[in-house]
Amino acid sequence: MLTSNDVRDDEAMQERHVTQLTDVGEDIILSTHDLHVFYGQHEALFEGDLQFANHKITALIGPSGSGKSTFLRSLNRMNDRIATVTGQIMYRGVDVNQPAIDVYEMRRRVGMVFQRPNPFAKSIYDNIAFALQLRGVTDRHQLDEIVETSLRQAALWDQVKDELNKSALALSGGQAQRLCIARAIAVKPDILLLDEPASALDPVSTSQLEDTLLDLKQKYTIIIVTHNMQQAARISDYTAFFNAGRVLEYDTTSQIFTNPQVKITSDYVSGNFG
Amino acid sequence: MNSKTQNKMAIGALYGIAGFVVLILLALLGYILISGTPQLSWHFLTAPAKAFLKGGGVGVQLFNSFYLLFLAMLISFPIALGAAIYLYEYAKNNWLTTTIRTAIEILSSLPSVVVGLFGFLFFVVKLRLGFSILSGAFALTFFNLPLLTRSIEDSLRTISETQREGGLALGLSRWETVTKVILPAAVPSILTGVILSAGRVFGEAAALIYTAGQSAPALNFMDWNPFNISSPLNPMRPAETLAVHIWKINSEGIMPDAKAISSGSSAVLVLAILIFNFAARYLGKRLYKRLTSA
Repeated sequence: MLTSNDVRDDEAMQERHVTQLTDVGEDIILSTHDLHVFYGQHEALFEGDLQFANHKITALIGPSGSGKSTFLRSLNRMNDRIATVTGQIMYRGVDVNQPAIDVYEMRRRVGMVFQRPNPFAKSIYDNIAFALQLRGVTDRHQLDEIVETSLRQAALWDQVKDELNKSALALSGGQAQRLCIARAIAVKPDILLLDEPASALDPVSTSQLEDTLLDLKQKYTIIIVTHNMQQAARISDYTAFFNAGRVLEYDTTSQIFTNPQVKITSDYVSGNFG
Repeated sequence: MNSKTQNKMAIGALYGIAGFVVLILLALLGYILISGTPQLSWHFLTAPAKAFLKGGGVGVQLFNSFYLLFLAMLISFPIALGAAIYLYEYAKNNWLTTTIRTAIEILSSLPSVVVGLFGFLFFVVKLRLGFSILSGAFALTFFNLPLLTRSIEDSLRTISETQREGGLALGLSRWETVTKVILPAAVPSILTGVILSAGRVFGEAAALIYTAGQSAPALNFMDWNPFNISSPLNPMRPAETLAVHIWKINSEGIMPDAKAISSGSSAVLVLAILIFNFAARYLGKRLYKRLTSA
């Protein structure tokens, strides 16, 4: 059985296979260049260089501690206070990993949904509306409309439309996670980052969530960290395989799962380790 | 001895200790309430105290206690809230925050009589506030601040980190996240902490003897102009509170019914603190319910 330390020791001779999506004619919305993440002295991510295609779902897979969540959280600078992130994160031609960037504005364009559903202790309506109100949307009609469309897009509207004033804390896990998605898309982002969004959900809620993500692909670029390989295979267009803080393989999902070029990827997707 | 009997003995001992604690509380409460409640009447609760004659009440002292409590909370709550938000939400762990935390720790373990004497030297003498409600309120602030800060910080700690991440991920600033997401969610627990600390402040005597003074000049409850000396709202008048009153009549009371008044006052004090405690639980639970269901 391989541990991440074994892999790090022979990293010099490690094979890698990272496809440049520009080469296959994709429209790139976000890309990272020479991204390194340090927690104190400890380097958790070595050169994450990836390109993300517009209106596609990209899955980040890999064993625990491989750096995939660290990488994802760096993309909207959620690691700012916890870690040091060096390198470039190009979002529509602008490097957003520099101090001059308005990080709050940037996070509105690059939204995030977390592993554990985290609805606020407010009503369902206010969970979605209050961030908009803080940004100056005060027109009741407009707010109502955004709340409804966001909930529809997250496939939650039919279940909650009669109880919008109920506390969001009373929702079930699956519903709460949908609410978090609705909340994230209400501020009209370009990109949605999801950090193992289904790991706390039961199988039925998980499959509903996957259907929702496939619908959302029409409007948003989705980057999802998952430890569930069937999930990656079912919903993603591209898959990146992380191991020991590096991207070892990046290709179309079907390539990664049917014809991986790197030995460790093949071991991982066939369930030999991780 | 096998582990099963050992376990049984340990549980038995723990039950015994817990029972002993409850017993002490019940004995104290029982004694105070049984000897004090018969003295209680509308007259006792509202009439002014008498120095030499029978039949005095504790109306002025009772009012003073509440007014001082209110002022002390008015001063200490915003400071404690700000300090707690800074310490928990913003401060990084470095020498500065370690120093602040240590200072809070030490301040919270200062004997209240020391706080009172400091208040006397600083507020009463140095700042020339005299024996006044204001001096008392400042002294109580010193007494209350560390405990309240810590209790609010604990309330903030109960709000999951995922809530903060959720706010930040929506593009809210840290300040917006704290004020719009974290504080509203922490309100029930903050409120509980505030009411419980109000109970402690309400019963405090040592910190007030040399600051708010030991005399309760008669008040004119028709006069609500805070600048008049006989107005209940005047913060510059000396104001003996209920707890100080109990101490005073027990040490130098010369009225013939001193013992009865002392018992009655103790009962009022204990009842007020019990009400604070139950109110804290009730309101905290109710608010939490309203936030999580309904």
